[in-house]
Amino acid sequence: MSSGLRILNLRVNVIESGCDIVDEVNLEIPAGSVLGLVGESGSGKTTVGLAVLGHARRGVEIASGEIFFGETEVLSYDAEKKRLMRGALVSYVPQDPASSLNPALRIGTQLREVLEAHNFGDSTDARTTRIKEMMAEVALPTDDEYLERYPHQLSGGQQQRVVLAMAFACRPSVIVLDEPTTGLDVSTQEHVLRTVRELARVYGVAALYITHDLAVVSELVDEVAVMYAGRIIEQGAVKDIFENPVHPYTRHLVAAAPDIVGDHLIIGLAGRAPSPGKRPIGCVFAARCELASDECRSQFPISVEIGDRHSARCIKIGQLSSNVATPSRLRTNHNIGDVLVNIEGLSAGYLGNLVVRDVSIQIRRGQCSALVGESGSGKTTVARCLGGLHSEWTGKILFEGQEIAKSSSRRPIDQRLGIQYIFQNPYGSLNPRRTVGDSIVRPLEIMGESVSEIGKQLNMVLEQVSLPASYASKYPDQLSGGERQRVAIARALISKPELLICDEVTSALDVLVQASVVDLLSDLQKNLGLAILFITHNLPLVRSFADEVAVMSEGKVVEYGFTEAIIDNPQNKYTRRLISSTPSILRSIK
Amino acid sequence: MNKMIEAPESVRPIGLIRKALQLRRTKIGLTVLLVIMAFAIVGPFVAPHTQTEFIDMPNSLDIPGALFGTDYLGQDVWSRFLIGGRSILLLSLGATSLGLAVGISLGLIAALFKGRIDELIMRIFDVILSFPQILLALLLVSMFDASPWLTILSVGLSTTPRVGRVIRGAALSVVERDFVHAAAALGESRFRILFFEVLPNVTGPLLVEANLRFTYSIATIASLAFLGFAPDPTAANWGTMIQENSAVIVVQPWEQCCL
Repeated sequence: MSSGLRILNLRVNVIESGCDIVDEVNLEIPAGSVLGLVGESGSGKTTVGLAVLGHARRGVEIASGEIFFGETEVLSYDAEKKRLMRGALVSYVPQDPASSLNPALRIGTQLREVLEAHNFGDSTDARTTRIKEMMAEVALPTDDEYLERYPHQLSGGQQQRVVLAMAFACRPSVIVLDEPTTGLDVSTQEHVLRTVRELARVYGVAALYITHDLAVVSELVDEVAVMYAGRIIEQGAVKDIFENPVHPYTRHLVAAAPDIVGDHLIIGLAGRAPSPGKRPIGCVFAARCELASDECRSQFPISVEIGDRHSARCIKIGQLSSNVATPSRLRTNHNIGDVLVNIEGLSAGYLGNLVVRDVSIQIRRGQCSALVGESGSGKTTVARCLGGLHSEWTGKILFEGQEIAKSSSRRPIDQRLGIQYIFQNPYGSLNPRRTVGDSIVRPLEIMGESVSEIGKQLNMVLEQVSLPASYASKYPDQLSGGERQRVAIARALISKPELLICDEVTSALDVLVQASVVDLLSDLQKNLGLAILFITHNLPLVRSFADEVAVMSEGKVVEYGFTEAIIDNPQNKYTRRLISSTPSILRSIK
Repeated sequence: MNKMIEAPESVRPIGLIRKALQLRRTKIGLTVLLVIMAFAIVGPFVAPHTQTEFIDMPNSLDIPGALFGTDYLGQDVWSRFLIGGRSILLLSLGATSLGLAVGISLGLIAALFKGRIDELIMRIFDVILSFPQILLALLLVSMFDASPWLTILSVGLSTTPRVGRVIRGAALSVVERDFVHAAAALGESRFRILFFEVLPNVTGPLLVEANLRFTYSIATIASLAFLGFAPDPTAANWGTMIQENSAVIVVQPWEQCCL
C-alpha cells in the first residue's frame, strides 16, 4: 500500500509499572477511508489515537510497535521531526472544540498560525487564499468579518468545524478524530460527520475516528475496530460488524445500543473491563463472557479471519450466546395508570428570561414519560421546577391532585419524599465525603426512622438496585459510574417515591452500563408501579424505554404523545428533522 | 435480569498521614515545629526562675544557673524565654479559632445564598481587608486596652475576611454540585447543607488557610506585644522582650539571639 495509515503491533505502557495500556494493536486504514475505533471509556482508544501522533500522555510511553504513513515509519522519528510532522502530516481533532480553540485569538489568526508553523504557502496572500478555501470546505462563511470573530462568538458546531478546518489546513495524509461530535446536538453532529467524510474522501486522507457511539460509526465509517481492555477484539466492515458480530463483546455492545429504528429492547452487561495491570493472561473478556471456558482463561486468543477483512480474537466463534438475542419491546400497558402529575401551563425562566413557555404534560402511574430536546430546549428546567429545585415559575403543577409549592422546603414531607430527583452526573450527585450508605439513608433519618428500620431498608434498596450490601460502607470514589448511578437510584427509592425524575441519568455512562441502568429503571417501574419522568437528548433511548414522549424545542412542547406514534410518524417539522438527523445502525446498514 | 455486580478491585487509599511522615521534609518540618511548641508549652514548668524575679545585676553574663545572663532589669533571660512563648501561642490559637469560625460561617453563607447576602458580606470583608491587619488590631487595642480577650477579638476579626474569601471561593463550586441539590430536594435545612454537605468538601483549602492564619496571628500578636500592647506589660512575652531589650543589644546580645 502506497498511502494511508498502518499500525503494527503497537504497545503503550505505563512507565512506572510497565503495565500495558494497549497492546497488540494492528490497524490498517487505506487513504480516503475512515476507520471507526469503538470501545467503552478506558478501553485505550484515545491512547491509540495519540500514539498515531507519536505522542504519549505523561507517565506513559510507546513501548513498541511501528506506525507507517504510506511507506514511512514515523515512531522512530526524533522529537523535532515528530513536531514538524504533527499538523502537517497528521492532525488531531479533539473532543471539546471550546477548549481546543484559544478564546483570546480570532479564528482567522488561529488558522493562519497552523499554516505559518508548517510553512504552508509562500506568501501571506497564498495563506489567506488557503484559509478561505478551508472555510468554504467546512461550509463556513469566508468573509473577513467572520474570520475576525472570536471562538465564543461561534456555536459549538461552528467551533468544531473551525477545528476541522485547522486539522485539514496543511493537507495531512492522516487525521485522528477523538470523539469530535460528543457534546454536539444531533443536527450539528450530522453536519460535522458529513464534512469529515467528504474531506477524507476528497483529499485521500486516512481518518481514524474514535468514538463510543455505535450509531455514529455506522453512518460515517467504512470499517470498524472494536477495542476492549486495550486490545482490538474484532474488526471488519461496518455491515459485518453490525449484522454479523462474532465476538461475544461486540454482540453485547450491539445489543446494548438503542436504535431509533426498529423496536428492540436494549440489554446491559454486568461487570467492568479489567484496568491496566489487572488484566488476565487469557482472554480479557473471559470474566464477563457467558461462553468462557478454561481454554479462554489460559491464553489470549489469536486473531481469526472470518471473512473478507473481518477478524475477531475469540476461540468460540460460531457459538451463539443465548442471552444476546434482542427481543422486541412489549408495550401493552398504555394509559392504564391514573394521572399522578399534571403540569398545566408551566412557564419558567431565569432572572426574567423565559426558557420554558406554557408547557402542559401529564405523567401517569407506572409509566415512563420522556422529555426530549436538544441542549437549551428547557427540558431540565421543567424537571427542576417539578423537583422543587427551581422556583421562578408560573402555572400549575398538581401532584396526586394537589397543587405543589415552588420550593421543596415549602412542600410537605410526603410530597418531598414522593418526588425524587436523580441527577445527570453520578460523579457529582453523591457527597464524596460520605459513605454510600450514609447518603442513601438520609431521607429516612429526616423522617426519624429507628436505626434498625433504617438498616433493614438500606439492605432492601441495595438489593433492589443489584448492589451487594457491603457497598454501604464504601465511598463514592471507590465505585464506577454505573454503580454510582445505582446508588443514586437507591437513594431515591428508599423514601418510597411515586415519581422518579431522571435527568439525563445515562448520558455520562457507557452504552453497556446505560443499558443495564435503563433495564433497572424499567424493572423498578414495573415492579413498584413508579412513574418516571425521563429527561434526555437521546431519542433512540426514548424509543426503547418510554411510553410517552414530549418533544421540546425552544422552551415549548412541539409534539406530545405515545412514543411509537411520534417516532414512527412525526407530525411536527422540528421532530421530523430531529429524527432524520439521529444516526441509526439499522437505517445505515440497509 | 441484573446480575449482582462483583466487588471492585479498587481500594480507597488510606494512611495519608503515614505516607506524609515518610517524607524527609515532613520530618524536618515536624521536628522544628515540635521543638518550638515544646518551648512554649513545657517551658513555663521547667523555668528556673519566675518571670519577674530580679536575680542579679542587669545585663550581666557569667551568672551560675542563668544560661543567658540577665536582661536590662536583671531578670533571668532563659526563664523569661521559656515562659514568654505560651501567652502568644494561646492568644493566637484563640484568635485563629475565632477568625476561622466566623470566616467559615460567613464564607459558606455567602456561597450558598448568593445575591444580596453574598454582596453584603463580601463588601464588609472588603472594607476590613482594606486596612492592614496590624493597623486594625492596633486601632482596637489602643482605643480600649490590651486585654487578652480584646487581642483575640481584634486579631480574630481581622483574620475573618481572609478565611471567608477563601472558603467562599472553594464553596462556590461545591454548592453547584448535584449532591447539594439532592439535599435541597430532600428539604434538608440550610444549616445542615452548609455544615454537613458543603464544609467537608472544602477541608483542603481550609486546612491550608488555617495554617497560614495561625502563623500570621502569631506574628501579629507578637508585633502588638512588641509595640507595647501585651495583656501584662511586665510579664514575659517574646514580642515584649525583643522591644525592651533592643536598646541594650550591644551589651547583652544573648536575649535577642535567643528570640
